Amino acid sequence: MSARANPLIVGAGPAGIRAAQALVAAGLRPTVVDEAPRCGGQIYRQPLVDDGRDAQSRYGSEAAKAERLHRDFAALQDRIDYRPQALLWNLRDGIADIMHDGAHQRVAYDGLILSTGATDRVLPLPGWTLPGVFTLGAAQIALKAQACTIGTNVVFAGSGPLLYLVAWQYLRAGVQVAAVLDAAPLSAKINLWRGLPLAPAVVLRGLKMAAELKLSGTALHFGVAGLRIEGEARVERIAFRSGGRAHSVACDGVGYGLNLRSETQLADLAGCAFRFDPRDRAHLPVNEASGRSSVAGVYLAGDGARIAGADAAEAAGERAALAVLEDRGLPYDVARAAALKRMLQRIDRLRDVLEAAFPYPAHWADEIADSTLLCRCEEISAGEARQAIKDFSLSELNRLKAVSRIGMGRCQGRVCGGAAAELLAGETGRDIASVGRLRAQAPIKPIPFALTSSDQTNEEQHDEAH
Amino acid sequence: MTRRIDTDVAVIGGGLVGSSAALRLRGMGFSVALLDKGFCGAQASGVNYGGVRRQARPPEQLPLSQRSHAIWPRLKALIGIDGEFLRSGHLKLARTEADMASLEAYAARVASFGLDLELVGHNQLRERFGISGHAVGGSFCPGDGHANPRLVASGFAAAARRAGAEVLENTAVTGAVKSGDGFALEAGEVSLTARVVINSAGAWADQFARDFGEPVPLQRTYPSIVVTEPLDPFLGVNIGMEGGGIYARQVTRGNFIIGGERARPLENPDYSRPRSDGVLAVMQRASELFGGLRHAHAIRFWSGTEATMPDNNPVIGPSSTTPGLVHAFGFSGAGFQIAPGVGEVLAELVRDGRTSTPIEAFSIRRFAQFGGDKHS
Repeated sequence: MSARANPLIVGAGPAGIRAAQALVAAGLRPTVVDEAPRCGGQIYRQPLVDDGRDAQSRYGSEAAKAERLHRDFAALQDRIDYRPQALLWNLRDGIADIMHDGAHQRVAYDGLILSTGATDRVLPLPGWTLPGVFTLGAAQIALKAQACTIGTNVVFAGSGPLLYLVAWQYLRAGVQVAAVLDAAPLSAKINLWRGLPLAPAVVLRGLKMAAELKLSGTALHFGVAGLRIEGEARVERIAFRSGGRAHSVACDGVGYGLNLRSETQLADLAGCAFRFDPRDRAHLPVNEASGRSSVAGVYLAGDGARIAGADAAEAAGERAALAVLEDRGLPYDVARAAALKRMLQRIDRLRDVLEAAFPYPAHWADEIADSTLLCRCEEISAGEARQAIKDFSLSELNRLKAVSRIGMGRCQGRVCGGAAAELLAGETGRDIASVGRLRAQAPIKPIPFALTSSDQTNEEQHDEAH
Repeated sequence: MTRRIDTDVAVIGGGLVGSSAALRLRGMGFSVALLDKGFCGAQASGVNYGGVRRQARPPEQLPLSQRSHAIWPRLKALIGIDGEFLRSGHLKLARTEADMASLEAYAARVASFGLDLELVGHNQLRERFGISGHAVGGSFCPGDGHANPRLVASGFAAAARRAGAEVLENTAVTGAVKSGDGFALEAGEVSLTARVVINSAGAWADQFARDFGEPVPLQRTYPSIVVTEPLDPFLGVNIGMEGGGIYARQVTRGNFIIGGERARPLENPDYSRPRSDGVLAVMQRASELFGGLRHAHAIRFWSGTEATMPDNNPVIGPSSTTPGLVHAFGFSGAGFQIAPGVGEVLAELVRDGRTSTPIEAFSIRRFAQFGGDKHS
């Protein structure tokens, strides 16, 4: 046995699970840190309490994948150091700071696989902070993990495959889906034909969902803009423009999202180099096909590195684990690595198609009204941000944060950072790639002062001898 | 294509000192170029704790500090924003009787400077100031306060720009030499000639001092600050501790800003990050001192790069080797409050060759014996 510390995997979604499995298969004992109480990530999230539903009703067409991942991870329990409900809030020089069961732990690691996943991407709209407005991901989690719906008469709005999937899942759950408002014009969907040879099942399933929504009487609007969510104390209706006309639809819940954004804070704290990715319209950690980042011993897998979906996450997690093995001088399956690479390349081509079919409406950023809240943590309006950009002659995102407090609150810019970058680029006539990215700071999520009262030293050299 | 600029004064470093000097010099009618290798106000001026405090400064700093004290309430008129300056008072706590004795001795020593210090006993700490943790007493300076460092430094730079200063950001000065009666500066795409150069380059100022034959024992230090989520207001004053270890203030929005440990530089020593054990220690001390923090969350840490001199006094005043060069750096973690006053003093030095505020104690000559060359 070497004296090297164990590899550390952050996140127990599809990427983290497959990474753990591959490391265990090679005789290593990874530490797996995950914020959720049970494995599966967001897409294969498990219920907190049994609600009597089976996997088929919970995960639909993805039930088999979900069950396989849950089962495979359960089989690893004795051979990994699994820490659920644990927040990794800082890391440096091979030591991770983790909050677990309200206690502070310092965990040494050698090899770090970041499979940190993604959250919903949004641009602010008038009324987006009203009660009854949820992101698409949150609307889906409510249904999947908590057997709740976000309303009884719901509108889904935005862009991305998730828009139709969640609307369809709500329809199937017996909820009245009043309308689906797609930011992209109908013509963008022609791109899906290019996706047919790449992933026929995925494309056909999507078309079937849209058809079933239409048949059920759900209004489908394309190329929508000027969205306004209205209501006194909560959501009552949503107004928008489409086909040159103004519309208004009554509803008691809105699911809204513009595809996903990667969770990259830990890659930033780990010192990874970033570059602008035009497809995701975001600065992302530089990542080789093998999962290796720009920092030796730090690997990236899944949507946390770049949005590619759950199937890609499984492949990328396993691929990153093989890179860990190779870099440790351990034997690994070279043919399998090559097969995973091909699989990832194929999915990557499909992502290009999906992005063309469900494009991000960056132009909405120019329309954000001055009175609309941009940063909801710090309660900064778009108008205040625009004023700060003028008053201080700003051209860089961290400076905008410094003088306006945008991105300084609880979410550390994870929700509003992308929108703030769009706004800054639009106001200054610059390309989005050139206004910079918010630098991550610990703690990546809030930590309680009470944390300090726990024993800070007991885990210092945890499991280092393996 | 090289751009040529001919200016009366070139200011190297767009922190609070350089920016306030640039603004004042514009007010006197000088042409000014303000150069920063990054963004104005992004280093120590923008990432310090935000204390606006005269109390606890050595007596030799107090005339300058008092001069600055008069500027803070006028920020709105000067730069268009108040910088969230609050004249809250500054309360320095004593953990022990011995610490209390040193606060008493300090109060006696600076009595003639008009700080109006009030010594406060143990019972009053809880009743008047809401301090629930262990402290035997304190010294209260009612005219001190705190402000938002991110706004003030950037605000001075923006005001200088509006007043006609040529503000050149992301423009690192790579060469500065004496040329005839003035100076020639190279800064990327920009080539400058200036009659006077102000070296207000903060943690990077020692390079320029050395270039002019004045090596100084400047060391970099890195503050480590913890920010809480917004909380109900319960701390009305800026808190310090005799002997160090914690300082804290609560801003109008409700967030606590807490410091007391140092951060550690990254591989590139221009950047740093708070250490986990340091912030946890500060959080522990803070929740002992303020019961209201026990159930709070820390949402953000920050750090930055400050320049510290061995005697904790800044370097302010004319170069000892080069006529026309003026230094102002090395504020040793206590530059925020006095910087606007330093800006005025620098402008006077440029215009008159002298200033009405005593600054002899801060002369670079005190480091004349420093053999800095061997470190370079």
